[in-house]
Amino acid sequence: MFNQPMPDQAMPPDENIALQVRNLDFFYGDFKGLNNVNLDVANKKVTAFIGPSGCGKSTLLRTFNRMYDLYPGQRAEGQIIFHGKNLLDKSQDVNLVRAKIGMVFQKPTPFPMTIYENIAFGVRLYERMSKSAMDDRVEWALNKAALWGEVKDKLQQNGLSLSGGQQQRLCIARAVAVKPDIVLLDEPTSALDPISTAKIEELINELKSEYTIAIVTHNMQQAARVSDFTAFMYLGELIEFNETGTIFMQPVKKQTEDYITGRFG
Amino acid sequence: MMSLYTRRIWINRIGITLSMLAMSIGLIALLWILWTLFSRGFAALSWDLFTQDTPAPGSEGGGLRNAIVGSGLILFFSMLISTPIGILAGIYLAEYGRVSRFASFTRFMTDIMLSAPSIVIGLFVYALFVVTTGGFSGWAGSLALALIAIPVVVRTTENMLKLVPTSLREAAFAVGAPRWQVSLKVTLRAVKSGVVTGVLLAMARITGETAPLLFTALNNQFFSTNMSEPMGNLPVVIFQFALSPYDNWVNLAWGGALLIALLVLAVNIGVRIVFRNKVKR
Repeated sequence: MFNQPMPDQAMPPDENIALQVRNLDFFYGDFKGLNNVNLDVANKKVTAFIGPSGCGKSTLLRTFNRMYDLYPGQRAEGQIIFHGKNLLDKSQDVNLVRAKIGMVFQKPTPFPMTIYENIAFGVRLYERMSKSAMDDRVEWALNKAALWGEVKDKLQQNGLSLSGGQQQRLCIARAVAVKPDIVLLDEPTSALDPISTAKIEELINELKSEYTIAIVTHNMQQAARVSDFTAFMYLGELIEFNETGTIFMQPVKKQTEDYITGRFG
Repeated sequence: MMSLYTRRIWINRIGITLSMLAMSIGLIALLWILWTLFSRGFAALSWDLFTQDTPAPGSEGGGLRNAIVGSGLILFFSMLISTPIGILAGIYLAEYGRVSRFASFTRFMTDIMLSAPSIVIGLFVYALFVVTTGGFSGWAGSLALALIAIPVVVRTTENMLKLVPTSLREAAFAVGAPRWQVSLKVTLRAVKSGVVTGVLLAMARITGETAPLLFTALNNQFFSTNMSEPMGNLPVVIFQFALSPYDNWVNLAWGGALLIALLVLAVNIGVRIVFRNKVKR
């Protein structure tokens, strides 16, 4: 399989792979959005997905937590192996998948409730715990998202009262709070200012020691800065997938080179 | 060239004049109604209006206490019935059944119910409830009014929920929340003030309904809080008293009409305040 990531060893053992995508096709009604995608998302690494608009990178990300399930007419065929099971199986409990594979979106989406409740909402869905344990969890999650210091005195304020960058970190805290294995980031900084963007990127660097992160980004520099592996997609196909350094310095495919040198896209 | 331009100016002038004329006709009618209502209504306002019950034919004075309390009870219970049903149905339409056949059927029925003549609803409750339970009652009145309020609540709830950005809904699903939690705890919360507005507007809508109450709650000359008995209520009292030959009855009818108008006005202003605060935040 030529698309296989090649970290230090020739063939990574299975525990180093968080998600195995095999022969994945995706359909919006009759339109084929993804065509036979194969790749392995490395465990506790950052994998970036780049490519021009409409190339299918967000579509691919949204198959990982079955977000497309919300929309009749959208369907995926193939396999995405997660913990030994195909998460595209009809029998798979979608809500459980989403609790294990969290997602942060392009626009900050705090829930219309207090900062505290924003974090506690997801945790309560799958864990019963005392008030004090929940307090600890909220503090832990906000710390993980480097937000605790800024909000510790206003946990009871509405999440919408925060600035855009803070809201996005709140969303990351919310995703981390349920202790997922994987965190999906769908253009998490494209609605943020440069300073907030820098903070989020720092955060990604810290989070990758404990979580597998898959990030879709329009910003190639961002992909180069934060990711270990990069996948270049074009017209619904995975064109090239390799270590980030290789993709940016010695891309194998002409299309990849054209894109990262800014000749198209 | 010039003549075309002048022609356009004149057409514009004529258009503006016609629309101003139409607007003033509407406005004059509205102000006239309000003026009559306020001048006659305030003349009828007195402490007795709230402390005494509706007078027997031929007797002096009297008030509207029984009708005010009765209207309050009937309204309260009809909102108690219609609010949960309306909101839940609205959630179903917006969150569960966007594309299902059953949902579009429900939506269609709701539209029909929205424009159904209220007298038909009164007759319906009369035939199904009053006749089978063996008599007019406050409950029948509440039921009839609830049937009118439900579609209003359903529609506003659905419309409000449809305004919730997809991203927020997806975010709630993304933490692994089942659909009912997403609907109740996230999306409904996001449009809380809009839904409250819908409920209040539904209440304003049914406050002055007369026809459905004629067939259901009927009227009661005496003070009663028993919902199983016929019950006095403002719209029917206004209807009966305004047509009566007694001056004090006609006076009371104006007083009642003013009370209803003030209540509806208060609700509408309340709605605006609720909504404005929401927008500010």
